[in-house]
Amino acid sequence: MHSTAPVIDPGLTFASVTDKISSIVLKRKTSLAWFFGFAISFALFQLMLLTITNLVFVGIGLWGVNVPVAWGVDILNFVWWIGIGHAGTLISAILLLLRQRWRTSINRFAEAMTLFAVAQAGMYPIFHLGRPWLMYWLFPYPNTMGIWPQFRSPLMWDVFAVSTYATVSAMFWFVGLIPDFATLRDRARSKPFQILYGMLAMGWRGSARHWHRYEMAYLLLAGLATPLVLSVHTIVSFDFAVGIIPGWHATIFPPYFVAGAIYAGFAMVLLLTIPLRRFYGLEGFITMRHMHNMAKVMLATGLIVGYGYIMEAFFGWYSGNKYERFMIWNRMHGPYSLYYWALILCNIIAPQFLWIKKVRSNLLALWVISFIVSIGMWLERFVIVVTSLHRDYLPSSWGMYEPTQWDWGMFIGTIGFFFTLLFLFIRFLPMISIFEMRTILPEAEVEE
Amino acid sequence: MPQIFHHSTNALAKITIYGAVFIIVAALWVAVELNRSSWNTGQWVERQQPVQFSHKHHVGDDGIDCRYCHTSVETAATAGMPSTAVCMSCHKQIWADSPYLEPVRASFRTGKPLEWIRVHDLPDYAYFNHSIHVQKGVGCSTCHGRVDEQPIMYQAATLQMEWCLECHREPEKFVRPKNRIYDMAWRPVNTNSEQLAEGFRLKAEYKIQGRRVLESCSTCHR
Repeated sequence: MHSTAPVIDPGLTFASVTDKISSIVLKRKTSLAWFFGFAISFALFQLMLLTITNLVFVGIGLWGVNVPVAWGVDILNFVWWIGIGHAGTLISAILLLLRQRWRTSINRFAEAMTLFAVAQAGMYPIFHLGRPWLMYWLFPYPNTMGIWPQFRSPLMWDVFAVSTYATVSAMFWFVGLIPDFATLRDRARSKPFQILYGMLAMGWRGSARHWHRYEMAYLLLAGLATPLVLSVHTIVSFDFAVGIIPGWHATIFPPYFVAGAIYAGFAMVLLLTIPLRRFYGLEGFITMRHMHNMAKVMLATGLIVGYGYIMEAFFGWYSGNKYERFMIWNRMHGPYSLYYWALILCNIIAPQFLWIKKVRSNLLALWVISFIVSIGMWLERFVIVVTSLHRDYLPSSWGMYEPTQWDWGMFIGTIGFFFTLLFLFIRFLPMISIFEMRTILPEAEVEE
Repeated sequence: MPQIFHHSTNALAKITIYGAVFIIVAALWVAVELNRSSWNTGQWVERQQPVQFSHKHHVGDDGIDCRYCHTSVETAATAGMPSTAVCMSCHKQIWADSPYLEPVRASFRTGKPLEWIRVHDLPDYAYFNHSIHVQKGVGCSTCHGRVDEQPIMYQAATLQMEWCLECHREPEKFVRPKNRIYDMAWRPVNTNSEQLAEGFRLKAEYKIQGRRVLESCSTCHR
């Protein structure tokens, strides 16, 4: 019964949709809970700034990274954050092109999540450089050194993949917001907000010509963003797959990483929308239909990820290569085996409950599973990064890796920064696309 | 509902959006130019020294060979700065009472060396060796300019990495015959293929390595 739930509460009208969403920004009194949540996030954000300041002054020796594990929690956090962003792009671009109307209720929010996650992700490789003030060296520009960056390195491709991703996501998000900025401009009562939203609306009047061009631009941007869903995490996976490290050098990495990214992304969307829709009374917009659909996407991508794990183990055995075999044995039985089995539990076992309709309909269960999957995806990257590096080809260079308090400080700090941005977003911008919601109302149907 | 913005805002918005493209391009261009300017590199800037020493006079007018003072240029990483005794080998006899040379005599009396200001100062992460360059046909003036025309020394090149690589990538355009190394007047002439062929011949004669070695990071950054 729930899977056929409507995409939008049928009782809503053009006026009530606009009113309900815009009032969260314009009329509703900022609740104490918002201030409370924002204060905590902001405090954690300060922890990030503190960590970064210390890091810049002291150097990345603060982190636990060292030979042989030179990529630690910082790089895995980069992969984790950038993966989370993928759900937003998938929802906004691919589902738009596939005319999945249910995407409308969650795309604005998911895109914001993408953007904020990419912002967190981008910081890690930059600070991993050790001299972040020279980060512009990564870009090919007519420098005084007379050399180009190493174009054959996937780390270089990463620079382009991530910066393109950030730019296109930001454009897509902003363009999508323009008509809603105009709505807010027209409904705002105080002068500063009228001017602020007015400037952001860029002179939007809602004329037929505006709409015609707008739809075209939005579709083009969706077309641009679509390949990014696949390309960004493919290139992130190349960071590993191009290296000749056992456990990294595998052809399955690109699809396995992309599926993992979408998996983690949908888990994060569910993790955030379940409390939000409850808190702001948005059940009419984000219905059980959405919850079911997202749970199904999570289940499907989770199975692909599970297939990836099985294949990794299979390759290790089938390769006949002693280093590959040792790598997979070491993952299962070595010093980090706890992480490996926890990952299997979180990413393969936990989502199996989503086969059951009752679980998909139970928001608490759905939230808990999403939380477990988010942890699982973090563990997955830990296993990939750390277990492959800590047992090198030469036993003499074997070592152990332990994240330091500054690794955790940075991670918790970026979570704080992420939520700080998210809290500001839900307070100052319409978290659901007003104009797009109006198009999926029964009222909007035109008979020809 | 009253208008929020004056109608001139339309024009202003268009100017800012289209103008931004030009402003960004212009800012990048300015940054690139400033980076290579003498304001940043110190090129062409004359450095005052503790003694008013003129290379123009000593090299250009008197014709003293570079190696008379910079003795280790053929055998060591540094060209070598002359000790005060080297100065005194002449100035005990000529200009012996000149007030300009009092710092030199003072140094000679006390044994405290003159503190010359280094004009061509490469960063510490760049490994540079004079002897190999001299042995492979790179003359003084290629990097230091017409020293015989400089009353006060200045840095003749940007000393930026792209400048080093200019020659490391195409040494045939810069190398000269062994007997012209200390010749200030020698100029690379690569205007036609015949002259360039001479460069290639010298490159082969000196056994100058290919780009794989000359362009390798660790050739200069060790």
